[in-house]
Amino acid sequence: MTLEASPEVESRVVDKQLALVSVEDVTKHFPIGAGLLGGGSAVRAVDGVSFEVRAGETLGLVGESGCGKSTLGRVIAQLHPATSGKVIFQGQDLVPMRGEKLRRMRQELQMIFQDPYASLNPRMTVGEIIGEPLKNFGLARGKERSNRVHEVMRTCGLNPNFLNRYPHEFSGGQRQRIGIARALVLNPTFIVADEPISALDVSIQAQIVNLMEDLQNRFKLTYLFIAHDLSVVRHLSDRVAVMYLGKIMEIADSHSIYENPLHPYTKALLSSIPIPDPDLEAKRQPILLQGEIPSPVNPPSGCRFHTRCPIAQFPICSEQVPPLESKVDGHLAACHFAGQL
Amino acid sequence: MAPLLQVEDLKTYFHLRDGVVKAVDGITFHVDKGETVGIVGESGSGKSITSLSIMRLVPEPGRIVHGRILFGADGQPKDVVKMTDEEIRDFRGSDVSMIFQDPMTSLNPVLKVGFQVREAMSAHDRFSDEQSKARVVPLLKKVRIPGAADRTKAYPHQFSGGMRQRVMIAMGLSNEPSLLIADEPTTALDVTVQAQILELLRDLNREMGTAIILITHNLAVVASLCTRVVVMYAGRIVEEGYTRDIFKNPQHPYTWSLLRSMPRLDAARHSKLLTISGLPPDMSNPPPGCKFHPRCRFRVDRCLEEEPPLGEVGPNQYARCWVLMQNALVTQPEKAAAAEVPIPPLSAEPAQIDQRPDPDRPGAVKA
Repeated sequence: MTLEASPEVESRVVDKQLALVSVEDVTKHFPIGAGLLGGGSAVRAVDGVSFEVRAGETLGLVGESGCGKSTLGRVIAQLHPATSGKVIFQGQDLVPMRGEKLRRMRQELQMIFQDPYASLNPRMTVGEIIGEPLKNFGLARGKERSNRVHEVMRTCGLNPNFLNRYPHEFSGGQRQRIGIARALVLNPTFIVADEPISALDVSIQAQIVNLMEDLQNRFKLTYLFIAHDLSVVRHLSDRVAVMYLGKIMEIADSHSIYENPLHPYTKALLSSIPIPDPDLEAKRQPILLQGEIPSPVNPPSGCRFHTRCPIAQFPICSEQVPPLESKVDGHLAACHFAGQL
Repeated sequence: MAPLLQVEDLKTYFHLRDGVVKAVDGITFHVDKGETVGIVGESGSGKSITSLSIMRLVPEPGRIVHGRILFGADGQPKDVVKMTDEEIRDFRGSDVSMIFQDPMTSLNPVLKVGFQVREAMSAHDRFSDEQSKARVVPLLKKVRIPGAADRTKAYPHQFSGGMRQRVMIAMGLSNEPSLLIADEPTTALDVTVQAQILELLRDLNREMGTAIILITHNLAVVASLCTRVVVMYAGRIVEEGYTRDIFKNPQHPYTWSLLRSMPRLDAARHSKLLTISGLPPDMSNPPPGCKFHPRCRFRVDRCLEEEPPLGEVGPNQYARCWVLMQNALVTQPEKAAAAEVPIPPLSAEPAQIDQRPDPDRPGAVKA
């Protein structure tokens, strides 16, 4: 493969209807308290999730803390092995893949992490951090490698003269750029970004958001963008998936999720977000949910949201799990009474 | 009517080995009785040190080196800076109380919640032991903790984040203070829980008439709760006024840019975000002139040398700027327009992502 980002990537055909990644009935359970003879229970962090990420799009994955969105991102990036299910990437199931074969796949599938302080090795220089993937995959050495590192640093708005500096010499926003450069250096097709801006100051966040958008246009990247900030997700995403307690509650294109949410949880979530405009704020009527997200060790029966849902009807909502199905025009929602709040 | 709290030219400095960090450098503002005021700023702007100064809780080696903090609307305000240890102990908790971002580290993990709420009252003289005991459950009810009577016997770890923050608010309000300082009270919480806490604070302000100072980096939260807002940058107030005026008609380029750099839930995709280039200044070595000038797209020569005063720019609106947005939009329309659609498509030369070099920043291209 050529290391200049251009010809190969420029010619990368992006058919936005095509699934780049298909997630099929994926579960991830973390066992707790299991003794020698088994028993114990499990944190059901991700519990039967199916969706696809289309080539060239940004899929926003949102939810409150503890809903399993980060775990799902890591399962897709193969940083946690899935308990069951399939993650099909470019026609191959990644879940049973091991060793060298999986390692080769990682070239195409990179991750950007939330904490730019913890995700960079403090004992490596920036040049080593960004060049390491090239070394690992034997893609470039010597002058060629340093040229590529220079190029990626410039692309990400970093000054290549600072190649020999250490991460602690950089600010949070600059470190996040280093993390992005490291992910980008291999020319991946798919990037899982787990809360990439939430640790940054407000005035820095826009810099990183704009950088990610520019890189996407330029390198035809596909993003899974995980965040709890629904305003940022609206800004970046083509489609949005809403997660609650290990399940996907609703998935649709960004416009219809925000303008016409069908699931009562999505509706409550959106109505909770303050808008920086005092006049609109005076009019905003948040749907206040009762209580907080239940424990994923022992999730509620039936619809997981029924304990907090303002329109739940019994016994159907507490007994039958609503399937995630198309309600209007490919707008999927998992609710017995979708659109009725 | 005299304001409840009047902060006058407050300076809180940190004397470090390699110099003085002027964390708060000459700020003046007031809070009226029953008012809700937001103090907004990024990390390092001095907003938290301001609130800690009011409580006289500035950590070492920080010291209040100048200014007055007058408290009391009854015509005989007391200066918090000059209070004796005994007076300040009386002042904290009974006149002013404070809630923090992380409710877990503010509660004692080995004491029952009911005891901790009662302790907040028995530490002061307003209520007798009997009264204190009787007030615990109503207080927990007031902050809408379900099953309040049973929950008094629970320990903090048995509460969720939102419930812990409610306990903190109950403790804060237990002595019926006239001012509550909330330092990022919802930052650690999820949005649905944030909505509950903001609603609670709004109701308590309305029902009990407690004035609230809300310290936050989130402008949307301010728009939701506060009638007035103070914007801080690098230890100074850069803009102050009624929330509506500040949001509709910001005059300082920092406020103006900040409002345009945040994605909004009600804005459709691809209205590009404005980037404020560079970083907040290193407070041990702040830039000369206006502290915002290295990041300001509307700066003029004067900004580099001379710091502007906080001048009146409209009825009850003040901004610290030589240019002001009302003029900048007329005299520098191309820059304002560029800000509405920033960042041209990436061309062959990709080093344009940060438009302006910032000499203090390691990644910057030196001019």
